[in-house]
Amino acid sequence: MTSRNRLLIGAAVVAVLVAIVLAVQSMMTPPSDLDLARSKATAGGLYVAAIEPDGGTVVQNELHAWTLTVTTPAGEAVTGATIGVDGGMPQHGHGLPTAPAATELGGGRYRIDGVRFNMSGWWELKFSISAAQGKDDVVFNLSL
Amino acid sequence: MSSSTSRSERRRGFPFAALVALAAGVGLLASCQESEFTEAETATIASLSLDALGPLPPDPSNRYADERLAAAFGATLFFEQRLSRDGNVSCGTCHKIDRQFQDDLPRSVGIAETNRRSMPLADVARAPFLFWDGRRDSLWAQALGPLEDKREHGGTRAGYAHFIGDHYRDRYERIFGALPDLSSVPAAASPLGDDGERTAWAALPAAKQEEVDRVFANLGKAIAAFERSIVHEETRFDRFARVLAAGEEPAGDAVLTEQERYGLRLFVGKAQCVNCHNGPRFTDDHFHNTGVPAVAGLPEDLGRETGAMQVLADPFNCLGRFSDAPAEACGELTFMKAEGPELRRAFKTPSLRGAATRPPYMHSGQIATIEDVVAHYTRAPASDGGTSELVPLKINDRERAALVAFLKTIAE
Ligand code: HEC
Ligand code: HEC
Repeated sequence: MTSRNRLLIGAAVVAVLVAIVLAVQSMMTPPSDLDLARSKATAGGLYVAAIEPDGGTVVQNELHAWTLTVTTPAGEAVTGATIGVDGGMPQHGHGLPTAPAATELGGGRYRIDGVRFNMSGWWELKFSISAAQGKDDVVFNLSL
Repeated sequence: MSSSTSRSERRRGFPFAALVALAAGVGLLASCQESEFTEAETATIASLSLDALGPLPPDPSNRYADERLAAAFGATLFFEQRLSRDGNVSCGTCHKIDRQFQDDLPRSVGIAETNRRSMPLADVARAPFLFWDGRRDSLWAQALGPLEDKREHGGTRAGYAHFIGDHYRDRYERIFGALPDLSSVPAAASPLGDDGERTAWAALPAAKQEEVDRVFANLGKAIAAFERSIVHEETRFDRFARVLAAGEEPAGDAVLTEQERYGLRLFVGKAQCVNCHNGPRFTDDHFHNTGVPAVAGLPEDLGRETGAMQVLADPFNCLGRFSDAPAEACGELTFMKAEGPELRRAFKTPSLRGAATRPPYMHSGQIATIEDVVAHYTRAPASDGGTSELVPLKINDRERAALVAFLKTIAE
């Protein structure tokens, strides 16, 4: 086998691999290294936020609620916060199909009503948290 | 390559060999794709099956929703042509019982031609928002629209109240209690009618208006109770999906041909149809701009952008005084996305069950055949307003034919 020959076969193999990668990508599978943590520090480190869907599992195509728990890094409940809810599907370039809203439950817990995921794939749920300590944001990834 | 071939032959030979290798690789990939479904695909396929459809949820906004008498009365009203200005139009005119409750026309015709295509009604009771633009949030509120639309039934709520008093008093009163005294109510009056009808309506005291509105809402509630019984029937695809989920080999009327299975794989994979046409009703119950062209000569149609405003303003919505639901049960309306650029020319994702056998397609009948629908998704044209969510599909003729073949398995 000449080196040219090898090169061409190599190119063919690469082409097949690229075709596979493209095919997989076009199915919009979430990135495999996605951080799916349900509890994390907010971007600026002001708070620690944790989310939990009602009923424990995430449902598709149904209006449902989540509970967001906000504490200080030291673990104290953050009360009286103003919570903004946003999100969407980064791979599809669209936002949430609904306009969820937060109500305070007490003890640093906030009920997030009106969430709906109408497709499977990678979703982001973003919260902006404004309380005495300041304003900070956090983004959670979900894989449906 | 044999060592005796000349240099020039070899040069031509090398790319050929590479092509063969490429073709073999792609062929291998394609053939193993075609023979069996991955675990993830099997799970998605199961989620599309009618078996995945839960029980019909209650409609808290309509306390008569599951009453047998109301449903029977609603069935009568649905086919009652006298509920129209000219005595010739019923709901059944545009929602034909033997045609999946639609009418096969690009744009429906009642008293005159409308701007939109009729919609099939199977499992419509599960839809959170009604119409192509979702401008109503319950079946009973929806039914009130065509009754007063000039191009559809063309009547007035006052006229309908009198008609019920004259022809269906007993059946009405058995369900809803006594009809109000209508002696002071003109024969034709409505806040949505022509000048004379609006003037007549405005002259009525508010309490009388409310009594007439309540009779009107009750007619909607009876019709809605009937519509809750219209459901999807099992298709060959559902039988296939059931057997596949059980890990068995499909046989008899549960078999999908190789082409149909290939189309199914494309539907849930590369063609990304399942992004929007998902769940057992093949709809995400949401609104998308898919670049379906506007129809020349019709007024500008902004789709959901207008529909969202209208449902919020509808006096018969879930939060209105004629709704039986407590505010907490109106989540769909309360948390509805009411504005945003993505609402412009977004229309409701229709179910694809039965679609292959009921052309034409799209909100105003813009596309004539199912083949042309698939061609639309391949091209993904820019929208006539707002931005299309579609990206052009890289699928060949064979794949397009396979998608069409699959769509037929959910229509038989
Ligand atoms: C003149 C034809 C016509 C008549 C009469 C008519 N409809 Fe319709 N129907 C349509 C059209 C067209 C649409 C879609 C309209 C739109 O989106 O603006 C529709 C939509 C609907 C929908 C929404 C379905 C969905 O999936 O969102 C329901 C439910 C419905 N009609 C029920 C009825 C009932 C009940 C009546 C009688 C009270 C009725 N229709 C009378 C043509 C008609
Ligand atoms: C981004 C969401 C989305 C995707 C992806 C999508 N559809 Fe649709 N589909 C819709 C919407 C919304 C409509 C109605 C559009 C309108 O009338 O303007 C529709 C309409 C249709 C119709 C016409 C049904 C009818 O009753 O008029 C068919 C058939 C269809 N889609 C098949 C497909 C197929 C096949 C694919 C994959 C190649 C696909 N769709 C991908 C959202 C989508």
